[in-house]
Amino acid sequence: MKRIAGITIGVLALCAIVLADNALLINGAGATFPYPIYSKWFDVYHTNNPNFQFNYQSVGSGAGIKQVTEGTVDFGATDGPMNDDQLKAYQDKHGSGILHFPTVLGADVPTYNIQGVTGALNFTPEALAGIFLGKVTKWNDPAIAGPNKGVSLPAADIVVVHRSDGSGTTYIWTDYLSKVSEEWKSKVSKGTSVNWPVGLGGKGNEGVTGLIKQTPNSIGYVELIYAVQNNIPYGSVKNSSGGFVKADLASVTAAAAGAAKQMPDDFRVSITNAPGKTAYPISSFTWLLIPQKFQDAPKRDAIKGFLKWMLADGQNSVEALSYAKLPKEVVEKEKKAINNIQ
Amino acid sequence: MKSAGPVSGSRSFLAKLRNGDEIARLVTLIFATTVVLITAGLVWELWVNSALPRQKFGFSFFVTSVWDPIMDQFGALPFIYGTMVTSAVALVIAVPLGIGAAIFLAELAPPRVSDILQFFIDLLAAVPSVIYGLLGVFIVVPLMRTVIYPALNKPFGYLPIFKGPSYGVGFMTAGIVLAIMVIPYIISVSREVLLSVPRDQREAALALGSTRWESTWKVVVPFAKTGIMGSIFLALARALGETMAVTMVIGNTPKIAASLFAPGYSIAAVIANEFTEATGDLYLQSLIALGLVLFLLTFILNGLARLLIVVTTQKGSEVGG
Repeated sequence: MKRIAGITIGVLALCAIVLADNALLINGAGATFPYPIYSKWFDVYHTNNPNFQFNYQSVGSGAGIKQVTEGTVDFGATDGPMNDDQLKAYQDKHGSGILHFPTVLGADVPTYNIQGVTGALNFTPEALAGIFLGKVTKWNDPAIAGPNKGVSLPAADIVVVHRSDGSGTTYIWTDYLSKVSEEWKSKVSKGTSVNWPVGLGGKGNEGVTGLIKQTPNSIGYVELIYAVQNNIPYGSVKNSSGGFVKADLASVTAAAAGAAKQMPDDFRVSITNAPGKTAYPISSFTWLLIPQKFQDAPKRDAIKGFLKWMLADGQNSVEALSYAKLPKEVVEKEKKAINNIQ
Repeated sequence: MKSAGPVSGSRSFLAKLRNGDEIARLVTLIFATTVVLITAGLVWELWVNSALPRQKFGFSFFVTSVWDPIMDQFGALPFIYGTMVTSAVALVIAVPLGIGAAIFLAELAPPRVSDILQFFIDLLAAVPSVIYGLLGVFIVVPLMRTVIYPALNKPFGYLPIFKGPSYGVGFMTAGIVLAIMVIPYIISVSREVLLSVPRDQREAALALGSTRWESTWKVVVPFAKTGIMGSIFLALARALGETMAVTMVIGNTPKIAASLFAPGYSIAAVIANEFTEATGDLYLQSLIALGLVLFLLTFILNGLARLLIVVTTQKGSEVGG
């Protein structure tokens, strides 16, 4: 009897805690790539501001855009900016627009497994486009061997590995290839899933990495964060200034800084192949998608408050999770843009 | 046994309710109807949500092989091909192995050994498919490249199905992993069926002077044929719909190749891979249409299977268990 009473009191106490925690719930959905930092941000923000509880589902960029357009979530998140058709669809449905807010930066890196090669390789845009188009088929092709003097590359066939699941990582990679290769742009173009001319598909970063480790003379691409956290060696890529740059937090932020000067007002900008001597060319922003008009004033104020915090304190915690920070110019511009949320 | 239909007579409905028969009949009827409703609802949902590709591509959806989300071109053929080829490879490997093992367990092995082995087989059937996928990635894929491929390609390389290079992943690798996954089903069900063959059938055969093997192969196995077929169709259904393990080892390339070493794709795998990031209605609905195709494929193959059973059992005997 005593025990039952004890349990009852415990349950009641729990209920009381749940009821007392009547924080305003704000729902979001979208990109998987920034999920670790978003979940950390929302957690820290909730601890500092117990009145607001952000709930984020990492269902994928495509699903994020779809859900925010349908109005089933309060905000979305995406690795590739919404295109004009998607913006129009949102405008038609809601009678007002949707705003893009860059949050952090990420990058794709080429990773490979070549028998007898241990050092980091240098890749030109022409070599990468040629390999992924299926035109450069041997590792000792001059396009690859040229910038890698002193490395003995085998005369073996190249096995290309790409993502099989729709992914923001693929969007960044194909966006880059579309910029550096006319042929890629017309034949394949950019997107979260594309019709790959050659290669094997692996599911997720871990699937691609697994296939590369298992397959001699293969090459693929993974997220920088994934490569760093799992100690996967990766190559350098030649940027638009002609230098070979290895991806790291500094070179990715440099790419954003290079693009910041021409940052459009809606922040929908691709920073692949960005100008700047130290800029890593296969970098990208990832965005939060915030409706311009809110029916619900407390929600609107909560989101505005979070965005302000994200741009100030929030940015300090991103590098610990291997994301690159936003450059100062972009932060300043975003702070002004927050006022457009009504 | 009494028929489940309504009984006309002096017993009133109330009386039937009181002794529980009617209640039991109603409750189980509702349960049985649920199955039909779920199936119908599933088809309806798939049908309604795949209207766009039906209008745009029509029948050509089944026979074209371009899958390009950016140009909005979708054809299901490479996925249908991959699904059928991997399942076929799986059955070619799993059926003789599974039935052979079941015969041993049911007819030849000492009962204790049989029970212990059966325990392990049931355990295998309960292993999640992602584990089989990992087994595929870490063991079958390297084995494929270093052992199986050279062994088949050198002597039989002139055959189209063994031509070309091997990356380790592909139709055959997926088929082998699927075979490993479905063998427990075949063994388990076939063993039960074989064990349920009446004892006098065996004794009659032995009394007529046949050897142990002759009684097994010529009397017991034909007697249990329908049940063994059933185990194979259960295995086929599992192979057709398997997603995770297949996508890990098939190579995820929507191409049709005669060579079993070539990478391919299956319907279930492409849906799992692309569904979350499918932007655009036509893209999303094409994936749903693929789901409908898989459903149809399973439906047709199941129908053919039933037909096969009907045709073959007309001259044979009925299973007792």
